[in-house]
Amino acid sequence: MQEQPSHSPPKLALRLFSWFCNPAYHTDIEGDLMEHFEDNVEEEGLKKARILFFLDVLLLFRPGIIRPLLSRTPFKHPTMIQHHLKISWRQLIKNRGYSFLNISGLAMGMAVVVLISLWVWDELSYNKNHENYDRIARVMINQTIDGDIQTSWSAPKQFAPALREGYESNFKYISTTSHFTGRALIVGDKTIGRSGMFVEADMPEMLSLNMLSGTRKGLDDPYAILISKSTAKALFAEENPINQTIKLTTDDLLKVIGVYADMPDNSSFSRAHFFGSWKLFEQWQPEWVGWGNRWFRAYVQLADNVDLEKTSATIKDVTLNNLSEQEGARLNPEIFLHPMSKWHLKSDFENGMVVGGRIKFVWLYGTIGFFVLILACINFINLSTARAEKRAKEIGVRKALGSLRTQLISQFFSEALLVTGIAFVLSVLLVALLMPFFNEVSGKEISNWWSNPVFWLFGVGFTILTGIFASTYPALYLSSFRPVKVLKGSIQSGRRASIPRKFMVTLQFTVSITLIIGTMVVYQQIQFAKGLPLGYDQSNLLSTYISDKITEKYPVFREELLQTDVVEEVGKSETFITQTYINNSGFDWEGKDPGLTEQFFTMRMSHEFGKTIGWEIVQGRDFSKEFASDSTGFVINEAAVDYLGFDDPIGKQIKWGENGYYHIIGVVKNMITQSPYRPTPQMIYFLDYDRSDVVTLKLKSDADVATALPKIEAIFKKFDPVRPFNFQFMDESYLTKFRGEERIGKLAGFFTILALLISCLGLLGMIAFVAERRTKEIGIRKVLGASVFGLWQLLTKEFIVLVLIAGMIAIPLSYNYMSKWLENYEYHVSLSASVFIWALGGAILITLLTVSLHAVRAALANPVKSLRTDS
Amino acid sequence: MKYRIGEFEEIVLLTVGILEDEAYGVNIKNDIKTRLDRKVSVGALQAALRRMEKKGYLTSQQGDSTSKRGGRPKLFFRLTALGHSALAYSRETRNRLWDAMPPPAFPQLKLS
Repeated sequence: MQEQPSHSPPKLALRLFSWFCNPAYHTDIEGDLMEHFEDNVEEEGLKKARILFFLDVLLLFRPGIIRPLLSRTPFKHPTMIQHHLKISWRQLIKNRGYSFLNISGLAMGMAVVVLISLWVWDELSYNKNHENYDRIARVMINQTIDGDIQTSWSAPKQFAPALREGYESNFKYISTTSHFTGRALIVGDKTIGRSGMFVEADMPEMLSLNMLSGTRKGLDDPYAILISKSTAKALFAEENPINQTIKLTTDDLLKVIGVYADMPDNSSFSRAHFFGSWKLFEQWQPEWVGWGNRWFRAYVQLADNVDLEKTSATIKDVTLNNLSEQEGARLNPEIFLHPMSKWHLKSDFENGMVVGGRIKFVWLYGTIGFFVLILACINFINLSTARAEKRAKEIGVRKALGSLRTQLISQFFSEALLVTGIAFVLSVLLVALLMPFFNEVSGKEISNWWSNPVFWLFGVGFTILTGIFASTYPALYLSSFRPVKVLKGSIQSGRRASIPRKFMVTLQFTVSITLIIGTMVVYQQIQFAKGLPLGYDQSNLLSTYISDKITEKYPVFREELLQTDVVEEVGKSETFITQTYINNSGFDWEGKDPGLTEQFFTMRMSHEFGKTIGWEIVQGRDFSKEFASDSTGFVINEAAVDYLGFDDPIGKQIKWGENGYYHIIGVVKNMITQSPYRPTPQMIYFLDYDRSDVVTLKLKSDADVATALPKIEAIFKKFDPVRPFNFQFMDESYLTKFRGEERIGKLAGFFTILALLISCLGLLGMIAFVAERRTKEIGIRKVLGASVFGLWQLLTKEFIVLVLIAGMIAIPLSYNYMSKWLENYEYHVSLSASVFIWALGGAILITLLTVSLHAVRAALANPVKSLRTDS
Repeated sequence: MKYRIGEFEEIVLLTVGILEDEAYGVNIKNDIKTRLDRKVSVGALQAALRRMEKKGYLTSQQGDSTSKRGGRPKLFFRLTALGHSALAYSRETRNRLWDAMPPPAFPQLKLS
């Protein structure tokens, strides 16, 4: 009847068009397109016509032509949605128990995911508050010591000028800075302690400080200072801070030239509450500070269109070229730039290369969150399919009355969306409730998350996704029933039907048991490290920095402290005993391997410091004022004895560069003064009263801390009225070394408990379902004489088997993972079988308890009742 | 009553009016091309047609089909009374504005 046109337009374009076009317009527009195509073939040739056809189809992709997004969904028929929601609501109300299990499980799972997402978001947005985020870098240095490359973040003060001279075109801003340093800021009679940095004029520009008043330009003036809003408020209250004067303990008077908004917690500069001028800081440094004294830091901002890697390679020898052999050129120092985007998450170095960092926690928690959510979804799937038989009749009737399968599926979807929607609302409440706790555990300051529209956008999207994910299988399964069979009542979900459910319960417990084992190992490791012998006595030990005012009169100061009846001993040292990170090289001794690039950690101290901390001399003797020659004496630790290779170290000589010869007078037992997870490094202690500005006090064991501290503070104030008396107890300072691990432990514990809870909720639902289905069977068994115990066994056995299987999978899995984790620590616990036994035993016990809740009730039920009902 | 029609919509409406009983997609498109030398994509045209149908300026009726169209029926559009008054309104407003415009103030143009 109709003659086929001689050429056909591209099929793909036609398919595309019929896919997106509003069905009401489809045929006639398609007709137009084809007619137009034929015309084009005649005029322009086939090839061009086909291209034009494609173009026309693409140009039709516009609102007004595209099919309405929701045209195929039930939303076209509001009554249907109403109906679905009504039925879903009735289902929820009718099966309160199931609904509760379902919703609370999902809510918990979603709460975990929300918490983790907020955490991950916070981590990933670190430092992004700085406008020039992707162009800022810090200068780091690789040095080869004893054959391996050590990376450190420090720079000499000559570095920035060298960059400015030789490589200016590569950089927009360059600044040498001090480390973060705590300073007392004095205005009138008000003194507050704040941490801040001394920086060059480029730095505030680089950081794009958000100025609230004044200017961020002007740190070229040594006596200018920028302060944060909170600092301004603390110092000047409501007064205008601009042009006011702040005094430092060095008696320098600084003029406030600008006030900037405090930087957010997830910025590397959040602790910078003031920016002083580098020029002032430089004046305080000794004149002889050279290329070898990497006491400072350097930051750069690359010029636009300059590649970081290339620039990094160009400047790599800047330090090397300026160093003498004596100053450490033999360590082959190589400079490189570490971009701001990697500071927070990728700053672990091994052999001079980035090997990771906190990013591994982002992955770890992300994975945990994902699995916890899966657990919750599994609950939903299991409970819905388990109840299939109950709903089979409803489905049969609906189908018999003409429901299409797609309609049934959409009904189940809307049911699932209702449940996940309620769960999401609950989870948000839960998150709000848990936030303070979570912030504390994770060491974050996440707040105002609810006011971020992105959060809600993600939240709603994620809720819908979860709903769809959790309900796909139940919807497909339930809507597949054949009405004839169902209505005849012959549907039997036999052994087959329960296999997916069993599989999923096993999966749930695999995850839970893995998490339990992980948490236990983390805690064991922390306890192990805390229990390692310290080598000194931390109790009642407190340390504080002192100013020159006290150093000058130190002997008198010490005497006065001892005369209070609360102080047992006073000592002075270069750093806190918990943080002995100062290292030195240039040592030479008899029998030294000439190829060795030696390095020692060193500690300057006063005579009494050892006694104050209660160290244990194992050979020789402690420093003593009776021997004047002790001024060139070394006390070394046991690790140093091994390092030096001396059999009998006492009296041996060591030459230390230009400082001359020292002799060993004693050997002290190894003390944990750095990381408790690594072997104690070689250390040298020697006398120096000038360059040691930490005072450590040992309180008498019977002294009451609350009354002792004011007495001590009074003496501090007497000698130095300005500097605030800030002290730290050494046992507390030591505990901070475990914070990172404790954080992992607490978070892991938290997630484990939630995962277990969710799994148990699921289990509860399953046993309820099983018991209900087998009511008659149990009744008959009872009538025939089965015991309650026997029935309980019958019901629980199945679940115990599943948990055992889960354990068999979880144990090797977690063994593998946790032994890798423990390898991060040189000192670590060995994985003992007991952990695995405890975890598995615990899981079985919890399963038994959960299952028994219902199983016992079913087993105790009166058979007369269960058998009398007919259906 | 206010009518809001755009420039392109106006052209399409007018063309539909001109073509009377022959106003279907390809014809309208070709007519605009010959009369105004203006190339119109199928998408732009169809979107405008449907939009104005919704507004009530046009009605549509399915017609015959040809082999060229692969058996798809043509959809003929007709101007409604409302469409007509919309055009009239648009023309009238333009005229009023033209009338209100003072003679051009370019000095080199001398109008007598």
